[in-house]
Amino acid sequence: MSFLLPTTSASLSGVLRRQSVRAFTSSARVAQAEPLQKPVLMKEFKVYRWNPDEPAKKPTLQSYKIDLNQTGPMILDALIKIKNEMDPTLTFRRSCREGICGSCAMNIDGQNTLACLCRIDRNPNKDSKIYPLPHMYIVKDLVPDLTLFYKQYKSIQPWLQNDNPPEKGTFLSLSPEDRKKLDGLYECILCACCSTSCPSYWWNQDEYLGPATLMQAYRWIADSRDTHGEERKERLQNEMSLYRCHTIFNCSRTCPKGLNPASAIANIKLELAAE
Amino acid sequence: MMSTRALPSLRRTAFNPAFFRSHAGLRMVVPKRALKTQSMPPSAMTEILNKQRLNRPSSPHMTIYQPQLTWIASIANRFTGVGLSVLLYGFSLAYLVAPGTFDSAHIIEFVAGLPDGVKYAGKAILAAPFTFHSFNGLRHLGWDMGKFLSVKSAYSTGYVVLGATALSTAYLTFM
Repeated sequence: MSFLLPTTSASLSGVLRRQSVRAFTSSARVAQAEPLQKPVLMKEFKVYRWNPDEPAKKPTLQSYKIDLNQTGPMILDALIKIKNEMDPTLTFRRSCREGICGSCAMNIDGQNTLACLCRIDRNPNKDSKIYPLPHMYIVKDLVPDLTLFYKQYKSIQPWLQNDNPPEKGTFLSLSPEDRKKLDGLYECILCACCSTSCPSYWWNQDEYLGPATLMQAYRWIADSRDTHGEERKERLQNEMSLYRCHTIFNCSRTCPKGLNPASAIANIKLELAAE
Repeated sequence: MMSTRALPSLRRTAFNPAFFRSHAGLRMVVPKRALKTQSMPPSAMTEILNKQRLNRPSSPHMTIYQPQLTWIASIANRFTGVGLSVLLYGFSLAYLVAPGTFDSAHIIEFVAGLPDGVKYAGKAILAAPFTFHSFNGLRHLGWDMGKFLSVKSAYSTGYVVLGATALSTAYLTFM
């Protein structure tokens, strides 16, 4: 439907141009050409709701019907439309709308992903279910409490540690080969989609670090400029932090950035086994 | 021009408390603020937050997550492993407790007396978890050696395991 619009406007401007050559013999009919009317395409969205001001009320799924032809292409567009036009109390995180901030991570139709990168399924007969990230404490509606997630990330000391810092004016060198080892690791935006898709993380998130944090742990272990790799590995050498990973692959399957935490964790296990 | 100049003076009148006091009727119309804010020390923040945290529900997980080969196969691996262990330990302990009842001769005799349908069903029920767990175990060994570590190969090896399980279960059942 959408590709019809440009052609119509192009021909319209062509007509107008020709008209201006033909002086002012006005043809009101062309000037008032009807804008292309798109048919109404209603789709139902079922959104998880919970309000902290009424804590005794159980979480519910609230249904909203919106016209997809008056909505942007992504789930986030639908949520913003609902919030703007139907229900201002609907609460969710969003910021960049282009998949780089990681704010709008949620469970859409059973899969964790970023609402801004997830296209709306245009089948009007099927509803779309939108839940917050699974097995997280809910602050309100689609907003999960990520305090523990960030604490876990902090616990792996995610910064470069080198006992021999370069002298002033020089820098730590990184060969192209060593730089290549960081590809697929450093791009993580910490949206928590992977960790909250992991059944192990569901059952053991108080002790198991989860795929997002472990991939970042490996990002610093793999960095040739970091000299504290041994301490980093030592901190993971226990039953819970790392070894609750059972290579389920939900993390890699769901990552909206196409990264592979399962592989990073397997690499840590291999390095620990080689010691 | 007139209206813009008239506005400030109007506003002044509207917000002048004396104006309301002298107009009893107006005072009735303008409602008093229903909400009152309360001043709190910054230290009260933690307590309020913790009180709120106690009420927070946990979001749904297993029941709403899309069934995928990845985690369904993992759960199946766990369940078949537990089932096979229970069978092994259960049988061993039973043999230890009552060696006369659970020895091979008695079991062969018991199974021989069962109808054919029950025999085949029993064989399939025993063979499926055993073969699935064995093949999936090989898949896990591959992962632990650093092989098949992409989503695509996780899926292809998963389908291979399912296929091998189906074939070997059929073979063991009708053997």
